[in-house]
Amino acid sequence: MAGAAITRTDAPIAAAREPLLQRKGFLGLLFMLPAAAFLLVFLTYPLGLGVWLGFTDTRVGRAGVFIGLENYQLLWDDSIFWLSVFNTVVYTVGASVLKFALGLWLALLLNEHLPFKALIRAVVLLPWVVPTVLSAIAFWWIYDAQFSIISWALIKLGLIDSPINFLGNTTNARITVMLTNVWRGIPFVAITLLAGLQTISPSLHEAATLDGASSWQRFRYITLPMLSPLIAVVMTFSVLFTFTDFQLIYVLTRGGPLNATHLMATLSFQRAIPGGQLGEGAAIAVAMVPFLLGAILFSYFGLQRRRWQQGGGD
Amino acid sequence: MTISARPIDSAHADESVGMSYLERLPRRVVTIYLPLAVFVFVLLFPFYWMAVTALKPNSELTNFRDYSPFWPSQPTLQHMRYLLLETSYPAWLLNTMIVAVGSTILSLVAAVFAAYAIERIRFPGARWTGLAIFLAYLVPPSILFIPLAVMIFKFGIYDTKLALIFTYPTFLIPFCTWLLMGYFRSIPYELEECALVDGASRWQILTRILLPLSVPGLISAGIFAFTLSWNEFIYALTFIQSSENKTVPVGVLTELVRGDVYEWGALMAGALLGSLPVVLLYSFFVDYYVSSMTGAVKE
Repeated sequence: MAGAAITRTDAPIAAAREPLLQRKGFLGLLFMLPAAAFLLVFLTYPLGLGVWLGFTDTRVGRAGVFIGLENYQLLWDDSIFWLSVFNTVVYTVGASVLKFALGLWLALLLNEHLPFKALIRAVVLLPWVVPTVLSAIAFWWIYDAQFSIISWALIKLGLIDSPINFLGNTTNARITVMLTNVWRGIPFVAITLLAGLQTISPSLHEAATLDGASSWQRFRYITLPMLSPLIAVVMTFSVLFTFTDFQLIYVLTRGGPLNATHLMATLSFQRAIPGGQLGEGAAIAVAMVPFLLGAILFSYFGLQRRRWQQGGGD
Repeated sequence: MTISARPIDSAHADESVGMSYLERLPRRVVTIYLPLAVFVFVLLFPFYWMAVTALKPNSELTNFRDYSPFWPSQPTLQHMRYLLLETSYPAWLLNTMIVAVGSTILSLVAAVFAAYAIERIRFPGARWTGLAIFLAYLVPPSILFIPLAVMIFKFGIYDTKLALIFTYPTFLIPFCTWLLMGYFRSIPYELEECALVDGASRWQILTRILLPLSVPGLISAGIFAFTLSWNEFIYALTFIQSSENKTVPVGVLTELVRGDVYEWGALMAGALLGSLPVVLLYSFFVDYYVSSMTGAVKE
C-alpha cells in the first residue's frame, strides 16, 4: 500500500525532472568514481590477472608465457593438491558445523535474563577482535608439545599419562587447528545470531508456553524458523572465511605435519611466494573459486526460498 | 542495531522475568550459568595465558613443578623491555598504525561517496552497483594476493607501506560502503528533499545534512575498518620484506622466532601489546562494533 502511494506521487516528479535524469547519471558516476576506480584497479583487475596467471608459468622475477591448462594438469596429478582440497573441505565443514552449533547455543544463553549481560557480551566478542595471528601465537604456546598447559592440567587431574602432542601427528593437528578456528569463529556467530534473537517477540514464546509447548518445541518451531534467514547469511560468511582461511594454519602448523593441515590457501601461498611458482599458486587460488561460488549461491537461494515461504515479496 | 534494541530490551525485562518463574534456580544454574561460565572461560583463557606468560621470568616459564603455572610468582617486565628496546617492535607498531589509519581514511572517504551515490542519487544501475559492492566484499584476500603481489612489484611500491595502504581498501571499501548504505537508508529522505527544495546542492546536502546525521555510522565503519586493517596478515606477509616495514602481526611471527629458539615470553608480550590498541578501541566502542558486525550480515 505504502509502496504504491510513493510510486504514484513519485512518477509525475520524475517525469517533470526528465532533463535532471541525465545529470543524475553523471552525478552518480562522479560520486562513484573514487570507490569504483579503486576497486577496478585493485580488485577486478587482479581477479582477471589471477585467472590469467593461472594459465602461465610466471615465476618470481620472471614474466611467464601462456602454457594453457598445464598448471591445472599438474595439479590434477598432484596428490598434495588433492590432499589440500580434502583438508579444506573437512576443515570447513567440521569447523562450520561446530561454530554454528556452539554459536547458536551461546547466543541462546546470552539471550536469557542475566546479570552483567552487557559485560559478558562484550567479553565474549574478544577472540574475534584480537588479531588472529596474535591469538594463534598464544595457542601455539598452549599447544606446545612439552609445556602445554592443557596437558599439564589433564595430567594433574589424572586423565592422561603423557603430554598430548597437539600439532605433532596428523589427526591431532587436524582436530587442533579446527577447534582453534571454532574458538575464533564462535563469537561472530553468537553475537550476530543474538541480534536476531532479540528481534523475536517474547509474546510468541509466551503464547506457545500457554499452549503447552515444551522448551524444545518452542526452539524448534519458533526460534529456529524466525532465525533461519539470518542463519543463512551468517553461515555463508562463516563458510567463506573458513574456506579461505590462511592465518591460523600459517601460524600453527604451516601445513604440516606431512601436509595434513595444508589448506588450499596455504598451499597456494607456499607454492607462489616461498616456492616462487606464481603461476601454479594462482591456479590453486582460482581452483577455490568454484567452491566459493557454490557457497554464495547456496545461501542466496536459501534466502530466497525462506522469504518466499514466509509470504514476503521478492 | 543492538543500540536501538537495548531500550526495547529493558522494556521487555518484566516479561522475561515473568517467564522465568517457570524455571527454578538450580535448574537455571545447570542449564544456563554453568554452560555460560564454560564458554566464557574457554574464550578468555588464551588471553589470560598470554598475559601471564608475558609477565613470567624465563626461569618460571617451563618450570611447572616449582611454580604454579597459573600466575607469575615474580612478575617481571623484562620481556616487555626486551621487546621495546632491543627489537624493531616500536617501528612495527608505528607501521601498523600508519597503515591502518591511512587505509581507513582512504576507504571511508571513497565509501561515503559511493554509498551516497548508490543510496541517494539513485543513478541508473545503482541497484546493480550495490550488488556488485556486496559481491566485492565476498572476494577473499587469499585469492587476490598473488596477482596483487605481481602488480605491486610492477608499480614499484613493493616493500613499502603504500603497498598495504593501497591494497587494504580492497576489502575495506566494500565493507564500509555496504554498512553506510544501510545507515543512509535509515535517515529520512524528506530531510534531503527539503534541502533540495531550498536550493542546496548535492554536495551541501551530503556535507551539511547527511554526514552530521550519520556520525554513528561513520564511527562504526571507521573503527571496524581500523580493526580489520590492524588484523590483516596475508597481504602484509606477502608485500613486505624488510624488517623495519613490517606490521605487528607479521613482525611478531617472523622476527621473534629465530630458528628453534622460541622466546615465549617475548612472543606473548608482543602478542599482548599488539592486541592492546584494538582491544582498547573495542572497549570504548563495543556497541558500535556490534552494530557494524550485525549490520554487515543484515540484508
